[in-house]
Amino acid sequence: MSGIPHDHYQPKTGGERWLHRRLPIVGLLYDTIMIPTPKNLNWMWIWGIVLVFTLALQIITGIILVMHYTPNINNAFASVEHIMRNVNGGFMLRYLHSNGASLFFVAVYLHIFRGLYYGSYKEPREVTWIIGMLIYLLMMATGFLGYVLPWGQMSFWGATVITGLFGAIPFIGEGLQMWLLGGPAVDQATLNRFFSLHYLLPFIIAGLVIVHIWAFHTTGNNNPTGVEVRRTSREEAERDTLPFWPYFVLKDLFALAVILAVFFAIVGFMPNYLGHPDNYIEANPLVTPAHIVPEWYYLPFYAILRAFTSEVWVVQIASFVTGGIVDAKFFGVLAMFGAIFVMALAPWLDTSSVRSGRYRPMFKWWFALLVVDFMVLMWVGAMPAEEPYATIALIGAAYWFAYFLVILPLLGVIEKPLPQPMTIEDDFKAHYEPKTGGTHTIVKPAE
Amino acid sequence: MLKHLTITAALALGLSAGGAFAAAGEQKIKDPDFSFEGPFGSYDQLQLQRGLKVYTEVCSACHGLKYVPLRTLGDEGGPQFSAAQVRAYAENYEVFDPELDDFRAAKPTDSFPESNLANAPDLSLMAKARAGFHGPYGLGINQIVKGMGGPEYIYSLLTGYTGEQKEEAGAVLYENTAYPGGWIAMGPPLVGEDVEFDDGHANDLSAESKDVAAFLMWTAEPKLAARKQAGFVGVGMLVLLSVLLYFTNKRIWAPVKRREGPGKD
Repeated sequence: MSGIPHDHYQPKTGGERWLHRRLPIVGLLYDTIMIPTPKNLNWMWIWGIVLVFTLALQIITGIILVMHYTPNINNAFASVEHIMRNVNGGFMLRYLHSNGASLFFVAVYLHIFRGLYYGSYKEPREVTWIIGMLIYLLMMATGFLGYVLPWGQMSFWGATVITGLFGAIPFIGEGLQMWLLGGPAVDQATLNRFFSLHYLLPFIIAGLVIVHIWAFHTTGNNNPTGVEVRRTSREEAERDTLPFWPYFVLKDLFALAVILAVFFAIVGFMPNYLGHPDNYIEANPLVTPAHIVPEWYYLPFYAILRAFTSEVWVVQIASFVTGGIVDAKFFGVLAMFGAIFVMALAPWLDTSSVRSGRYRPMFKWWFALLVVDFMVLMWVGAMPAEEPYATIALIGAAYWFAYFLVILPLLGVIEKPLPQPMTIEDDFKAHYEPKTGGTHTIVKPAE
Repeated sequence: MLKHLTITAALALGLSAGGAFAAAGEQKIKDPDFSFEGPFGSYDQLQLQRGLKVYTEVCSACHGLKYVPLRTLGDEGGPQFSAAQVRAYAENYEVFDPELDDFRAAKPTDSFPESNLANAPDLSLMAKARAGFHGPYGLGINQIVKGMGGPEYIYSLLTGYTGEQKEEAGAVLYENTAYPGGWIAMGPPLVGEDVEFDDGHANDLSAESKDVAAFLMWTAEPKLAARKQAGFVGVGMLVLLSVLLYFTNKRIWAPVKRREGPGKD
């Protein structure tokens, strides 16, 4: 698939040739698994495999949970308790699934920030980036829909608040909100359609994941130097790359096993740590929880949503200019979706000709600040909407937009990049000069 | 405002109001040691039996445990009664049977009855629906170190009555140092020596509260032992797998990394 010259599948036996002429599926799998991969990939390149695994984990545990769950407002909460108490291994299935969502988002955030630092979004990988952003949006939607299904207090009120965001859209908002809910408020119709969509979206994500992989298999992987694999001759390409199997498969599997050990420790010993206690109270439309807090993985964007109150001058100007159509609530909604939209536009906002942050002395600091900003936003997102948190959220939100809209375009002009290695091979060699110790002890692989 | 909201909700729902987060600063949560804390902790069978007795003789007058099947009283890791004991215990309760269209004595296959009073919340999940510990500064470190604090909250609530009471909107409220907002609609359910334990175990207020808090943790999380065991097996296997994969990976990469020396080029 990729433009990097390499071996292709050659059917050897008669049977293989027969199948290959009719359906080259073995060849497709072979080329996918043997794709030439830059040999200098570091440990931040493992999250893709973690994400593929987690998607499979969520789909499999989810399908089994559905066998015991009842999407009915009178029985949903009880059916989850039935899973926890009466279904064989049900408590593990449910804890794996609910904590699996957190693992999914931990991995996706690290994956996204990896891409932002090493410039993986840049030409020619813009399509990979955009599809990734679509997957991320669908993940957020799926996570939200799934959180409603246990029909606890936080499920119900979370659904009320989030669908209320759509109600903030001028003119069509109210109708749109009612269309989403299937009625004037969160009720049976809402639960049914959320259940249906929660089951559907993961398969759309799976499809997009295939397209995501297809896209970066076409362009080739990025790597920590951002320097492209040499494609002028097969021999040079082979000095920059190694086949995905077995080198990267084993590396990724090792990393996956370590991460899953931590994951299992959380599931086994503190499965409710990342959840909210209120969701162990059955939904009650008459009692509003004192604090409606979304799951941790929405908090940075929730903080941006809440940051723009009617006291902020930008909001007041927007409201004045549009004659009140854009009020604080709608502005907040625009800001929240805008925060993801500007991230999706990164390939066109970043003007630097250097791909990897490793060779960008000024960019490094701004990027580090963006990571801190993300953490701070996550933290204020969980705090009550009062001072000093409101101001911190506003500063955090402002920096998020400034990073993409001002800093990335400017840096490309004013920054003087460091020298980059000529080839991936040079970079790899610099790391593994002889006499570096451990890597030399094994004399010969067993064959 | 928040305080007012919490009190309104408290009036509406008795012991409910999910304001655990709201008034965290004002709540005084004690931290007694429970046998089921930490990765190696498990339920104390005798404590659960004592807690069940406190529940049966005191709490069940108003509250229910509708999600807990009576048969699970015989489950491993729980109070672990014999089949005969479970049957005998079940017969204490009357349940409505839609097939008979009449009340009959409960069987082990039935669940505990629901709450008798409309404003007494079901206690099945109370130990997971309340968090005693928070922060600091919203960072969630205390919950990692001490746990979520559900049973600690129940213990603190039961032992947190100051003896003060007031009337508000026609309802009597009792001052409680653990309850969000400080005033609760439930009168002090335990005062000490409310039940006699067969094994002669201490039955002062603190001991009874601790036993019933442990029992309610079991009703909320009956599979705790199996879950921790799965945790140990899972983590153990994955650590072993990690070690094996580490050496496999290292061996596969060794020739690649070695060949890059200037000797070969």
